[in-house]
Amino acid sequence: MSADVELDHVTIRFGDFTAVDDANLRIEDGEFFSFLGPSGCGKTTILRAVSGFMDPTEGEVRIGGRNMRGIGPNRRPTALIFQNLALFPLMTVADNIAFGLEVRGVSKFERRKRADELLALIALSDQADKLVTALSGGQRQRVAIARALAVEPDVLLLDEPLSALDLKLRQHMRTELRTIQQRVGITFIYITHDQGEALTMSDRIAVMSQGIIQQVGNGSEIYNNPATAFVASFVGENNPFHGHVSKADDQHAVMDTKFGPLRGRNSQGLRAGDRAILFVRPESLSLTNGAAGDGNVIESPVVNEEFEGHFVKIYLAGEGPKPIGLSVTNDGADSIPNVGDTIRVAFDPERANMLPMGELADE
Amino acid sequence: MSDFIVLFLAVLLALLVKPLVEKRAEAFAAAVTGITFVQRNGVMLSAYLILAVLGWAVFMIILPQLYMVDFSFRHNLPFDQVGGPNDTHTFDNYRYLLFGREGDEEMFNWLHLKVFFKTILASACVTLFDLAICYPIAYYMAQVARGGKARLLVLCLIIPFWVNEILRAFAFRILFGTSGVINSVLMGLGFTDQGVDFLRADVGLYAGLTYAYILLMIFPLYNAIESLDHNQVEAARDLGSPWWRIHFRVVMPHAKPGIASGCTMVFMLSAGALAAPQILGGPSSLWFTQVIYQWFFTGLNWPQGSAYAFVLLATCIVFVMTIMRVFNVRFGEIAK
Amino acid sequence: MTSSNVMRFMVGFYILLFFGYLFGPLIMMGAAAFNESPFPQVVPWEGFTMKWFGQLAQDDQMIEGITNSLIIGLGVVCLSVPISLAAAVMMGQIYERLRPYYYVIVVSPVLTPGVILGISTLVFWDRLGVLAEAEYESIFYNGMFLSVVGQSTFISAYCMLVFMARLQRFDRTQEEAALDLGATHVQVFWKILIPFLRPAIFSAAILAFLTSFENYNTTVFTIQAESTLTTVLAGKVRMGTQPDLSALAVIIVMITLIGAVTHEIMRRREMAREEAAREEAMRADEKIDKTLGAKPIAATN
Repeated sequence: MSADVELDHVTIRFGDFTAVDDANLRIEDGEFFSFLGPSGCGKTTILRAVSGFMDPTEGEVRIGGRNMRGIGPNRRPTALIFQNLALFPLMTVADNIAFGLEVRGVSKFERRKRADELLALIALSDQADKLVTALSGGQRQRVAIARALAVEPDVLLLDEPLSALDLKLRQHMRTELRTIQQRVGITFIYITHDQGEALTMSDRIAVMSQGIIQQVGNGSEIYNNPATAFVASFVGENNPFHGHVSKADDQHAVMDTKFGPLRGRNSQGLRAGDRAILFVRPESLSLTNGAAGDGNVIESPVVNEEFEGHFVKIYLAGEGPKPIGLSVTNDGADSIPNVGDTIRVAFDPERANMLPMGELADE
Repeated sequence: MSDFIVLFLAVLLALLVKPLVEKRAEAFAAAVTGITFVQRNGVMLSAYLILAVLGWAVFMIILPQLYMVDFSFRHNLPFDQVGGPNDTHTFDNYRYLLFGREGDEEMFNWLHLKVFFKTILASACVTLFDLAICYPIAYYMAQVARGGKARLLVLCLIIPFWVNEILRAFAFRILFGTSGVINSVLMGLGFTDQGVDFLRADVGLYAGLTYAYILLMIFPLYNAIESLDHNQVEAARDLGSPWWRIHFRVVMPHAKPGIASGCTMVFMLSAGALAAPQILGGPSSLWFTQVIYQWFFTGLNWPQGSAYAFVLLATCIVFVMTIMRVFNVRFGEIAK
Repeated sequence: MTSSNVMRFMVGFYILLFFGYLFGPLIMMGAAAFNESPFPQVVPWEGFTMKWFGQLAQDDQMIEGITNSLIIGLGVVCLSVPISLAAAVMMGQIYERLRPYYYVIVVSPVLTPGVILGISTLVFWDRLGVLAEAEYESIFYNGMFLSVVGQSTFISAYCMLVFMARLQRFDRTQEEAALDLGATHVQVFWKILIPFLRPAIFSAAILAFLTSFENYNTTVFTIQAESTLTTVLAGKVRMGTQPDLSALAVIIVMITLIGAVTHEIMRRREMAREEAAREEAMRADEKIDKTLGAKPIAATN
């Protein structure tokens, strides 16, 4: 059975508060799809609407083409991995994994067999009869995955399941989750506020802010070609320059700033006179010997430096209190400027995005 | 038959007096939840939940109380006349508590009224004693003692209260009797040669009652004080506040719900105590519950006893409401 | 001597005084159990004896009272544990605006004097008996039954508070997880909620039994022709007293002490076990850390 998940004009309100505003989306069967956004952006609400703990106020959630309204979480082809995992502390590892089969009336023998298979998948065969409370964080994580997979869902929903782990384990689990997804081949819908997780694991990502889906795309689209000011500022580091568009065509636009006219790609159809923000990533800025008037050259004093080893982070005085950051590769030469030096940096207009004025992500 | 009508009217009256169901909309909404309730829990489970809760709330709590109230307005009739034409309502039982039998010399029934006020006053005193002696211990356990020591203290507190309440009263009788330990010591030291009758002076009773409800005062206090961040005490001390001011301005306001809860429990239990007054009370002094007991078992006048019991209940309700108002706490905080 | 030393001395003295007040009377009573004197007293000491314990065992009235108390206690456990469990579960499901009223009703027995609960039970069932034209031997006038009902009225409220305290620590996501895995609400109740509540069921049962066993105020009205340990004791104490009551108290205190000590030992063991489990989990975490560089586990399969 195909298990596309479709959100069709889904709006979810709690009283006067709109948690999700007209979400339209189609997640393909077998896709690893992430919802990325800061806390309170509505991503968990979408997840709960897909898993069946609530129905949307308006619109439809369809799984495999079937409208899911009124169908409870226990009758949907989805399984959810909770943020706190919600393992059953009074049961053994094997009983936890077999719970979904137990409530379906599967025989004890079959249950045990299936649990053993899954335990082998997550490399915890020797822990089958331990209580889950005796497991480590990473082990519990895997038990939660196995428990959800045991009911053979068409869609696996994951609600920030890695947030409780420490950094090293988190990075390890990313690879593992991706591998498991490829092995079992079902749709994964992953909720996170950590862009690193979203970018490394997902086929596609939906970036959300204040209940609105800002952009849907794969990692490089989101990173290189953000559609809104929020996405540009939320995903990765970015230097914003504010101003009015002075010239625009289908490809590029020019904006007047404190540093002179700056040019970037015009993907969103800006016209002359519009208020806009130009985003230039730190790795797109490079030291130059060109003159200040050459276009896309910024002249500013160095206010701070951070030595990172293979590169150096340099901060220039910006248009406001926030400095402009750029990274310079440490090639061993003496070309790194000092704090207080006024230097010139340039960028390729193809690697700068001019976007309509909009809300920026909080730092 | 008329009984059912009366019962029905009593229920209606109660519903009007206590705003249990304020609006019909609520009742309707409750009915709707009732349906989803069954959907949610399944028939068997719903039946168990509803039967158990209704059986308890209606047939063990509400109806018996209401019926006791109804009963207190009836005549004391022989068994075969119950439900007959003579079984009507009357204020006689309450009138008796206030004015005594008709034709008595005294205007009021001072005998019983005195017992009533003495019981209330004495219970209030017992409550204050308990608050005074338990507060330091509760504070010590909650804020000063640590780990194993605190657990040992809790254990030491609990052990005496596993001993039956009657045996506890008995212990005080051994202690305070005319030939008891204290009198023997006093006589041995030459303070008295007769022995002091502590029981007649009700000393034994107050000591015994205070003793009996220590635990019910300490634990609410302890729970309330324990949740106070010790840094607040440190900060107050750091700012040069003397220790008594720290308690009055920092600890006690924080422990208010605990104080309210402890005081309510102790007062109710003292006012409703029966065993301790029976065992420790002097021969001439009565507790109000003893009067009720007498109506039931020596006077064989149950309606009269019910009327007295209702007066006691009403007093307790008024007391709880007053405490809630004075301490500005909600019911849920008291009954924790 | 500094002022803080004075303070500490005073606090210590007060604690000593307080526990003297707590234990003094009991110790005196205990001592009286071993005194030859036919009155329960410590002074004058007329010699050591164990005879009061022997006398206790021959007291038929007392034995009957204890038997009745045990039966009533069991009855109360059987009635009040299921009631209070249902009431606590109901608290979480009831329509939110009715909840405060419901709460007041079911908690009110805790704050109602025991004598009143006894009286209301007595008169209510008496009238029900009249209405049903029941025989005098019927259940409506049965002291044992009425005592079970009357005591359960407020003991259920105590037990409900025990369950509510435990339910407050219940992680609702477990319920959601079970639902999500396909369980029905009924299955969630039996497979998730009840196992979680099991320790509370156990404590509620103990609490119910002990409270029933030592109840006097309610029982004295409901018991009528029968007797329980407390009514027998009260009768004896009021009649004039004998040291065999002290002997009984000694036995009760002994049982309590043994119980308390066992409980403490079991608690220590439990804590040690949990500690061991935690350590093991931490070791497992370290192991994962060490294998971090290796291939993802799932891929090796």
